[in-house]
This record gives sequence, C-alpha cells and structure tokens, in this order.
Amino acid sequence: MSIEWYIVLSSLLFAVGAMGILIRRSPIVILLCLELMLNAGNLALVAFSRMVGNQDGQVFAVIVMVVAACEVVIGLGLIVAIYRRKLPLDVDELRTLRG
Amino acid sequence: MSATSWAWLVLLFPMAGSIAISLSFRVVPARVAGAIGTAAIGLAFACSIGVLLSLLGDEPEARHHASSLWDYANVAGIDVKLGIYVDQLSTFMILVVTGVSTLIHLYSYGYMQSDEGYRRFFAYLNFFVFSMLLLVLAGNFVLLIVGWAFVGFASYALISYWYRRTTATAAGMKAFVINVVGDIGLVLAAFLIVRELGVFDYEAVFAAAPETFQRGEWTITAICLLLLVGAFAKSAQVPFHTWLPDAMEGPTPVSALIHAATMVTAGVYLIARTNILFYLAPTAADIAAFTGLATLLIAGTIALAQTDLKRVIAYSTMSQIGYMIMGVSIGAYSAGLFHLMTHAFFKALLFMAAGSIIAAMANRQDIDRMSGFWKAMRFTSVMLLIGGLALAAFPGTSGFFSKDSILAYAEARGGMYTWMAVGGYFGALLTVLYTFRLVFRVLPGRPCAEAQELIDSGHVFHAEPENPATGEVEDTDVGFPGAEHHIAEQSRPMALAMAVLGFGALFAGLLQVPGVDNVIFGFLEPAFHDSPLDAIHPTVAHEWEGLGIGALITFTGIALSYLLWVRRPELPGLLRERFRPLYLLFLDKWYFDEAIDFLIVRPALAIGRFADRTFERLVVDGLVNGTAGTVRGASGFVRFAQSGFVRSYALFLIAGFAGLALYFLLSAS
Amino acid sequence: MEEILFFAAALGALGGAIGVVLMRNPLFGVLALVVHLFSLAILFLLLTAAFIAAAQVVVYAGAVMVLYVFVVAYVGDEHEPAWEPIPGQRFLAPLLGAALFVELSIAVLGSSLLALDTDGPDVAPGFGDPAEIGKLLLERFLLAFEASSILLLLAAVGAVVLAARRRDLDGGDVGTPSERFAPKASEEGAPAAPPTGGPS
Repeated sequence: MSIEWYIVLSSLLFAVGAMGILIRRSPIVILLCLELMLNAGNLALVAFSRMVGNQDGQVFAVIVMVVAACEVVIGLGLIVAIYRRKLPLDVDELRTLRG
Repeated sequence: MSATSWAWLVLLFPMAGSIAISLSFRVVPARVAGAIGTAAIGLAFACSIGVLLSLLGDEPEARHHASSLWDYANVAGIDVKLGIYVDQLSTFMILVVTGVSTLIHLYSYGYMQSDEGYRRFFAYLNFFVFSMLLLVLAGNFVLLIVGWAFVGFASYALISYWYRRTTATAAGMKAFVINVVGDIGLVLAAFLIVRELGVFDYEAVFAAAPETFQRGEWTITAICLLLLVGAFAKSAQVPFHTWLPDAMEGPTPVSALIHAATMVTAGVYLIARTNILFYLAPTAADIAAFTGLATLLIAGTIALAQTDLKRVIAYSTMSQIGYMIMGVSIGAYSAGLFHLMTHAFFKALLFMAAGSIIAAMANRQDIDRMSGFWKAMRFTSVMLLIGGLALAAFPGTSGFFSKDSILAYAEARGGMYTWMAVGGYFGALLTVLYTFRLVFRVLPGRPCAEAQELIDSGHVFHAEPENPATGEVEDTDVGFPGAEHHIAEQSRPMALAMAVLGFGALFAGLLQVPGVDNVIFGFLEPAFHDSPLDAIHPTVAHEWEGLGIGALITFTGIALSYLLWVRRPELPGLLRERFRPLYLLFLDKWYFDEAIDFLIVRPALAIGRFADRTFERLVVDGLVNGTAGTVRGASGFVRFAQSGFVRSYALFLIAGFAGLALYFLLSAS
Repeated sequence: MEEILFFAAALGALGGAIGVVLMRNPLFGVLALVVHLFSLAILFLLLTAAFIAAAQVVVYAGAVMVLYVFVVAYVGDEHEPAWEPIPGQRFLAPLLGAALFVELSIAVLGSSLLALDTDGPDVAPGFGDPAEIGKLLLERFLLAFEASSILLLLAAVGAVVLAARRRDLDGGDVGTPSERFAPKASEEGAPAAPPTGGPS
C-alpha cells in the first residue's frame, strides 16, 4: 500500500477523535478521544518515517507515546480527585471558571 | 577686593540671613531671629559701601564690571550666565535698598515684637531684600526676570502675612496676579530681545541694539512697550495700580519697605537700565512719560479723598513714582534716581510714623478718628512732620531738590515736555494739599480718646482686636497681629530707625544743590553717557527758577491746607457737597477697580465657570467616562465567549483551525 | 496479502475509534480503544516499525489502558443527559470533523511530496528494530530522551499529589475528602472505606 492510504486513514482517525471531544460530556471519554488523536498522529509519523526512509519519525512516535502516557496519568488523577470531592463528572457542570 | 566680589557678598548676606532664620525656627528665641535678620542686611549695606569705594577707585568712564559665577543655561544657542553687572546705577540702587532696609529691619525689630509670627516675618523680609538686590544687580535679562519674580513672591508673602485675615489674603492674591501680568510683559520682551539680538547680557544687548534697530522701528517699540507693562505693574502705575492700595493690608514695615522704598521702584530702575532701548523707541518713552504724568495726577486726586491713613500714603507713593517714571522716560535719569533716593527716605519715614500712630490707635487707621497726637507723641509727630515737609518739597528738604530737578529737566527738554513740567507742578500742589491734610488732621487739636490715654497714663490704648477694614473681631494668635502695639516713644529700635531716616529726609538734598555741589549726578551720569538724552542739562539759573516756583507752590499749598483743615474746618464739607460727583470720583478711586472687575475679572470667572460646568463635565468627563463605558460594554459583549463550557472552547478551537487550513488551502491552489 | 491486512487493520482502527466516540458506557469505550490500539500495532508492523508496534501494545494497550480500566472501575458509570446546553454543538461537531478530514487529506495529498504514492524506499533489514531506535535515542535524540524522562517523573509526582489523602496540620489523619464531606448521618459509622457509587 502506498503511503497515502496510511495518511488518509490517519487524518480520518484524527477527525473522529476531534468530533468525539466535541460531542461527549464525560471527562473519561474525552480523554479517550484525545488518545485517539494522539495515536492518529503517531500513525502519520511512522508512515512518513517509512516514506522518508529513516527512523527519526519512529523515535518521535516513541516520545509522543511517553507524553501521552504522562498526560493520561495526570488527567485520570484529576478525574479521581473530582470524583472524591463528590462533584459531578460532567464537563458541562464543571464551569465555575467563566467570565 | 574688587567691586564685583563685594557685590556677590551683598547678595550672599540677605540670602544667608533668610535661610538661617528659617532653619533655626524653634532653636533660637524670636529676638535673636530679628537680630540675625537686621544684622544680615546691615552687613549687606556695609558690603555695598565696599562696592562703592572700590568703584570709586576706577576712572569714571570705566566704572562698570560684569562678573559671573557659572553657566546658568547654555542650550540651543542661548548662553545665560549667573552673572551680575556692577555700575553706578546698580551701586546706587543697592546702597539705597540695603540702607533703607537695614533701618526698616531695625524698626520691625521693635514694631513686630508681640506678633506670633515674628521669625517668619524676618525670614520673608530678608528674602525680599535678597530678591530686590538680585533684580538690581542682575547682569542679564534672565536673572532680572528671576529677581523680578522673586520680588513678586516676597511681596505676596508679606502682604498676606496676617494670613488669617481674609482681606489680607485677597489683597495678596490681587497683588500677585497683577504682578504676574507684568511678568508676562517682561518675559515677552526678553523673548523678543533674544530673537532680534541673540543675547541676554546687558553689555551685549546695549551694544548691539543701536546697530540692529532703526530709531522708531516697530520691533524695538514693541520690546519697550512690553518692558513698560512689566514696569507699570511692578511700580503701580495706571492702569496696573489697583493692587497697591490693597497692599496696605500688610504690616506697616512691609508697606514702608516694599511698597514705598524698594519694590515699587523696580520699574523706575528697569527704565533707567534699558535707557538705550527706550532712546531707540521714542513712542514708547513718550507713552511711559504720559502714563507717569497721568498716574501722578490721578493718584494725587484720590489721595485727597481717602480717610485711611496708610492708603493716603500709598496713593502718595503712586504719585511720586509717577514723577520718577516721568523723569526716567524723558531722559532725566539721574534726577529720577535722585528722587527715588529721597523718596525712599521720607516715604519710609512717613510709613514708620504712621505705624507708630496706628499702634497708638490700637490698630485703627481712620484719620477721621485721629487728632491731637502732637501733645501725646511728640517724637512721632515730629517725624511725621519732617516726612510731610520733605514730601511736600518744603524748601531745604531733600524732596525739594529732587522733585524739582526732574521738572527742571522737563522744561529744558522743551516742546511738549514743558507741559509735562506744568502738570508736574500741579501735581506738586496736590501733593502738598493731601500731605498737610494728613498732618493737620492728625497732629493738632484736642487729643482723641486714644491720644488722651497716652497722655494720662503713658500706656497705649487697648481695644478689642479687629480688622481695620471690615471691623471683624479677631484674636491675636499667629496669623493675626499681636496683642500689644509698640510706639516709637516706647521702643528704642523704632526711634533710632526713624531718627536716621529723618536726618536723611531733611538733609540728603544737600548733596545735590544746583550750582553748589554735584555729588549724586556726578556719580550717576557716566552710566548714562551712551544716551544722547543725557546731554541735555538745564542751566543753573533755570534750576533755581524751578526751585523758586516749587517753593511758591509749597507755601501756597500749606497755607491753603491750614485754611481748610485748621482755620475753617467746615469748608472741606461744603466743598464736598458742592463738587459731589468729583468727590465721589476721587473717593471711588476713579472706578479703576470696577472697570477691571467688569472687563477682566468677570469674563475670567465666566470662562472658569464654563470650563468647569460645561467643558469639564461634557467633554473631558464624557471622553474619559465614555471610553470606560465603551470598554465596559464591549467587554460585556465579549464576555459571552467565556461561557465556561470546555466543549464550546474546543469547538471554537477546531473551527478556527479548520478555517485557517481552508484559507491556506485556498491561497495555495 | 498486504492490502488485506491493511484493510482489516484499518477497519479495526476505525471501528474502535467510532466505538470510543459513540459508546455510552465508558468501560466499553475503553475496550473499543484497546481494539483500536491493537489495529494500529498491526499497521505499524506493516510499516516496518517493529519496535513501535511492540511498544504500542506493551505500553499503550498494556499499561495506559489498564490504568483507564482501574479508574473507570473506581468512578463507575454515569449517564450523560440528552439535552445539549450549548446551542449548535451537536450540529456543528460532525460538520467540523468532516471539514477537518477533508482539509487534512487535501493538504497532504495535494502537496508536492513525490514519494507519497510509493511504498517507500527499500530499507535495510534492521529498519525499525529496537537496536536502531535505541541507538538513535541515545545518540541523536538524547536531549529529547532525557527531557521525556523528566516529564515522566513530573507526571508521577503530580499523580501522587493529586490523589493523596489530605492530612491536617497537626499530623492527624483527616481521611479522604469523601469521608470529610460525607453527610453526618450515622454517628457510629466508621468512615474507613470511601463510599462507592455515583457522585451525588
């Protein structure tokens, strides 16, 4: 398969992830959709690395995975903290920071 | 030591005195402050004598030196140094100023004793003397303006000295505002001078002016007219004179020093100093002469109708300065300055005597209530009489020789100036009349209650302290006059000062008797050699002729006053009724105050009111508040975007990204 | 063969993604994401990125998803209300997603990258091996490597801080926030275990 198939797939997955963020209200699901977008980015990176012929893109993808892992950790920690304080786990309800 | 070194010392001592008195506020007793002040001016006088002596060591034509300490402002092609100019004119002025000031400080030492603000008085007085000396010694126009402004401030501070009196503070403000108008004229004149000639220093300006200007050109006329605005405001000439009678709100030593002997003569000094410029602008010089003449006559008539002792003397000052201004404008420089000197003596003496009498009257100044002081206060009465005789130009007194030297010069110049001399002689008659009106009211007759108290008990009459102008009751704490009043008979310093001035008033004229000696003119004249007008000299015979006419007028006047105010006291009342409109015109000071109020004060107040109510409220506040309101509205509008919904933020983010990508794709295709 | 594998993996990835977005129950969403991740691993293998594929399975699907499962189990299920408070969101979201997809595709496909429609160059047999990646990490991208390790440290510390029990200033134990904010209904109730169940 030529590389362009992978790229198109990657952008499709990215768009699906973006749409998920816009639609869902549960913070956990929003984080999951963020994972989707990150992985789509990873796919694009690896595909381009294959296209170019060196492994720099793959190293980049490793680092992206590390970052995604850290972000998930913090995000889930936040969700646990919110849950512990008996606040509703709904981003539309958590809106005291407003103008 | 050179003349200029002595001159710097003359400037130093009063300033040091003022600072020393101010800084030692609670540290030294009040008397010591007074002593410091008097000593400072005394030292300045000694140094002035030093200047004179070292100047006399030079050749008469070489008696002018300039000296500067450092660069004051050296920018944009203008070079102003902190410099003084010592020549015969400035030496003469500093001698008069420091001499009379020393005596007045001595007088104040006794007169102001029970005043709570004693130290402040001496600090201000020393500062005033410093400013006046700076004005007179300045070697360039910038420093002149500095001294001019300082003197205006000192005058304001001293007129409003009893600051809790509303009449005093109002008078101080009036004096200051009118002085500032004069300052504007002076500053504009300096601007024009530097624009045309490029320099500020006296020597440079006076050397360059005849080269640059044609006689009668409009630029030099404009410069001189602007200088005149300054001179008239400071010297209380019509129409800038309305502040001087009100300035009598200040304590009597202040009236004596500032508003008789020194500050009001600054205008005369200015015209004498810039005589070359005035020679190049004959129109301006003539305007000055006519204004002097007009003031002379107007002030004389007003003095005839006033009933406040100090105000009569104030209008007399105005009138005499009219003589001096007339004198220096038509070219009688030395004569005008001679009259300045003698006037300083006898006017200061008159004020001092008046102060003593007012103290005896428990601070009341109405001459209608005074009588019989000859029996009660002999020394003061004698001094008042000496001053009055000198003012009236009684033969032999100093005023006799000085006033008539001006009028003799006017006659010698000929043409329309002869008519000025005639006007001057008529003014002399008025002078005698109002002077002896004063003398014959206050001195002879049955002693009034206050005088009687002095005769009986030897104590000064005691009354409830009140404002002499409005009758409002006051207390005697700081900001008001003190509880006790000091008369010359009971205060050695006062008596000493008055005695010295009395001596001067009587005998100073003997320094310049026509045909006999020429001390004053001989000294002063070389300073004015550059002006062709100086070459006109009345002959000795002419001078004695003038003196004869003057003597005649004086005797007539005294006789007339005796008739009106001693022999037939009902006559003045009848004359008042007969010439009622004229009397009212004189009493109401020729309606100058009302005219100025109508023409200037009311429009200014209206502009102020408009600015405050309309402009400030609508435009300025509207702009400021309007801007704030607009911002608030706009931000309220924008606030809708801060909904707190994370998903809507994400929507905007992605929509923005999509839009941007669309833009780039479209522009790349 | 390669094409079949590609399409199968692509369908798996897409299906997993759509599952994440549409599933009500978050646990099912997590499982859908696991499917998605496995499909992506296959795609990575197709791109001769062996190490990346292995890392994806081990790290992502193995560790990160397990973490998700724990949290979802802790937090539990909640029902998202049907009503949409933000006007236009439900309408605009698919639109924007589609727009995004189209634009990105056009941007990449329309670009002047010449090698896009090839399979890529012939690569050496060790392409994508752990040895190669490791060498690059430790030689050329050492800074990024170190920086990401610091980031991991920060994340670990942050997680501990976020979820820690709060002790009051005297050193006594105030319990978990749930215990502290629990309604004081029962006096004898030992506030040992935090109450389970949905948020109040």
